[in-house]
Amino acid sequence: MKLTLRVWRQSDPQDKGKMVEYKLDDISPDASFLEMLDVLNEKLIADGSEPVAFDHDCREGICGMCSLVINGTPHGPERNTTTCQLHMRKFKDGEVIDVEPWRAKAFPVVKDLVVDRSAFDRIIQSGGYITAPTGTAPEAHSTPVPKPDADAAFEAAECIGCGACVAACPNGSAALFLGAKITHLGLMPQGQPERWDRAVSMLDTHDDEGFGGCTNTGECTVACPKGIGLDVIGRLNGDYLKASAGGKKK
Amino acid sequence: MSDDLYELGDPIADGKVPAGPIEDRWTTRKFEAKQINPANKRKKKIIIIGTGLAGGSAGATLGEAGYHVQQFCFQDSPRRAHSIAAQGGINAAKNYRNDGDSVYRLFYETVKGGDFRSRESNVYRLADISRNIIDQCVAQGVPFAREYGGLLDNRSFGGTQVSRTFYARGQTGQQLLLGAYQALMRQVEAGNVELFPRHEMLDLIMEDGRARGVVVRNLINGEVKNYTADAVVLASGGYGNVYFLSTNAMGSNVTASWRAHRHGALFANPCYTQIHPTCIPVSGDHQSKLTLMSESLRNDGRVWVPKKAKDERRPADIPEDERDYYLERIYPSFGNLVPRDIASRAAKNVCDEGRGVGPGGLGVYLDFSDAIGRLGRDKVEAKYGNLFEMYERITGENPYDTPMRIYPAVHYTMGGLWVDYDLESTVPGLFVIGEANFSDHGANRLGASALMQGLADGYFVLPATINDYIAKNALPPVADTAIAEAQERVNGRIDKLLSIDGDRSVDSFHRELGHIMWEYCGMERTEEGLRKALELIPALREEFWKRVKVTGKGEELNQQLEKAGRVADFLELGELMVIDALHRAESCGGHFRAESQDEEGEAKRDDDAFGYVAAWGWSGEGAKPVLHKETLNFEYVKPTQRSYK
Ligand SMILES: Cc1cc2nc3c(=O)[nH]c(=O)nc-3n(C[C@H](O)[C@H](O)[C@H](O)COP(=O)(O)OP(=O)(O)OC[C@H]3O[C@@H](n4cnc5c(N)ncnc54)[C@H](O)[C@@H]3O)c2cc1C
Ligand code: FES
Repeated sequence: MKLTLRVWRQSDPQDKGKMVEYKLDDISPDASFLEMLDVLNEKLIADGSEPVAFDHDCREGICGMCSLVINGTPHGPERNTTTCQLHMRKFKDGEVIDVEPWRAKAFPVVKDLVVDRSAFDRIIQSGGYITAPTGTAPEAHSTPVPKPDADAAFEAAECIGCGACVAACPNGSAALFLGAKITHLGLMPQGQPERWDRAVSMLDTHDDEGFGGCTNTGECTVACPKGIGLDVIGRLNGDYLKASAGGKKK
Repeated sequence: MSDDLYELGDPIADGKVPAGPIEDRWTTRKFEAKQINPANKRKKKIIIIGTGLAGGSAGATLGEAGYHVQQFCFQDSPRRAHSIAAQGGINAAKNYRNDGDSVYRLFYETVKGGDFRSRESNVYRLADISRNIIDQCVAQGVPFAREYGGLLDNRSFGGTQVSRTFYARGQTGQQLLLGAYQALMRQVEAGNVELFPRHEMLDLIMEDGRARGVVVRNLINGEVKNYTADAVVLASGGYGNVYFLSTNAMGSNVTASWRAHRHGALFANPCYTQIHPTCIPVSGDHQSKLTLMSESLRNDGRVWVPKKAKDERRPADIPEDERDYYLERIYPSFGNLVPRDIASRAAKNVCDEGRGVGPGGLGVYLDFSDAIGRLGRDKVEAKYGNLFEMYERITGENPYDTPMRIYPAVHYTMGGLWVDYDLESTVPGLFVIGEANFSDHGANRLGASALMQGLADGYFVLPATINDYIAKNALPPVADTAIAEAQERVNGRIDKLLSIDGDRSVDSFHRELGHIMWEYCGMERTEEGLRKALELIPALREEFWKRVKVTGKGEELNQQLEKAGRVADFLELGELMVIDALHRAESCGGHFRAESQDEEGEAKRDDDAFGYVAAWGWSGEGAKPVLHKETLNFEYVKPTQRSYK
């Protein structure tokens, strides 16, 4: 395949950054999008230029590290797919492809296509867990979990924390990420004692980190590579409202 | 034979295992370990490298216990550690199925599955602790698969006949890691754990022969910094990426372990690599990694190839009686569920006979049509849907309509830094947990046991032994000279890599090394091939240090520099792996030596000559490594020839 890539290049957070055009030929349609970028980088190195920096690790769609906006869409055109699992056969020969980093106030660009997503860790730190010290856990079978709850919790827990939801949202909101965790833990009996405090502290941290408010545009679920649905945001809002009404935390 | 390649050193004892019946040893050891009072724990500092299942669970537990923990990983978040990718499941001897499982059975099968090359005492402890792991993870809210009655579901996994594998669809590693990550984040919030993502450990700070800290590079701005502590824990994962193509995440590397090795930590059984039978075959030269299809697929998928060589027909056009369900034929009692080494080699054999399918003839079918007929498409979809989707995305073929194609790939490394029963390496104060150590899996890890080991080490074992070391040793502040020396080593190496300015990319070296390793030190090894590798690797290493091109500067985010450092270490490790493989003139587990097979072509172990752990010492660049042997004693599970027929 022949391709024209327009890639966002930015040497450091202070640099203004710009789109730079590269031409590639001889790309295998079986290559993944990141393998295509590997080929570009090998070429740049051979020409004595700086390769493009981008984040990636598992290349199996599960670590959440890869993060590219491809032709304006986080993780590219294929639904329910991470960038590393997007294959070139989904593009046309001769196509012009734009490649940019996640764009969001809470995710500053570090270099080229790499952004800082540590705000997500801080949201989890503020309550995205169940307090269960090691070595004191009760026998696993002592608390049955209805299968529908366990399955629904699992589906929410599938969130890979990539941040595509934030990049897709016109307000830069992380409500889907937050809702996924609130839903996962809130559906398990083990998650009940901290349920209300969790909703309040996680949402407070979310706002403090510079993520925007959710206005239910739904772009987040379209971009989510794991198909997490808007219902998790409903749950987040519900828990938050009930918790605030009950005077939790604050 | 190979003493031209290595020196023989002193034998090593199986350190710190208490005497007495195997069931009591761990309790005894825990009781004898010295405790530290809670008020003092806060003043004790522990550095942990890695945030996978091993490191994450250790950090959460040690933080909870009150230590001051500093924890590092090279990804942007601890949640992205390679453990996240584990698909199949985690074993535990809960006997929830009432199918005769027990701690003793899990212990027995793990020793046997390791081909009698692991330590009985460690394996017993692992089997015993496995039950607590499930309790712990459930308490943290890990959404394991459940039955309609609300109780935990189980399935069976390669190499076992009981259902003892707990799972969360095809994403068990993800869910277990998120559990550990969340527990770790809680400790970060509580101020007990300080977190350093995007930091890479590049050397150890050594003083008086002890590990006293680390030198790390901040991967965002390139700053080289040092951190000191009372003890250092490596939880840095496995080194399968020495093969370039493997199922490991792209960043997985050996640097932390290798740097420690160069300071005296013995490297045990480096050649023990597990090859996984169910991976998606290679499609072209652009390929950067291989993708695993969970082993659980073998519960319902049937493996076959055409009976005739070079049969080009579409699978659907090949009638039943012209198909060879070779695993069911050769191993009737285990069938498609034989252990990984056996399944892998059987696939290689049929492909070598010219009966392989797909591009280049390097593939076999994994066929679900029977299962779809028997259970219905919906049931199959519920069980394996996400795996089928992943397969389709990568290959462009729909596995509901046509059988999957699979081929073996490098997956896991059973070798690693040598540790005693306390998980301490031969460098005092340096503890090694998870895939980075060598301890529990012998020559062939069975499925679903690596997750179990990572969590056993991190949640339960290390937290009960590291206190003994810290309590017993006076650990004064580290001298500036020791810190400066370590920092100097790191800066020198970075400068060197940046100054070569050659004409070959880092990746091109990595690919070439991987090719040599797979060709000569892969699934099947011969003396001749291994000797050939010993000519190729040093030459490649020399070329690397002359011709590698590392673009950019040290003081910035520089992914080429990161890779270059890792590949440089792989180039040294690769040679040691080959020497280890060469000296072990027997077949065992995933290590098949062509010269050592029985009349039926099955692996022939040689317990009399090789019933030991090979622990290698570093003796300087260009100098021969030193082989220390730890003799393995089997008091409970008597070595027998493994047979799955
Ligand atoms: C695709 C796949 C599927 C698998 N499925 C299963 C399964 O079903 N069941 C099972 O039991 N096992 C499975 N395994 C094996 C299992 O996942 C691993 O053995 C295990 O997760 C390793 O955990 P770990 O904590 O030791 O290391 P890892 O999870 O690899 O973590 C390594 C950590 O160390 C850090 N690190 C490494 N080097 C440095 C450095 N120099 N400086 C700073 N940080 C560093 C990394 O950032 C990371 O945080 C699978 C493996 C793969 C590849
Ligand atoms: S690289 Fe891990 S999800 Fe894409």
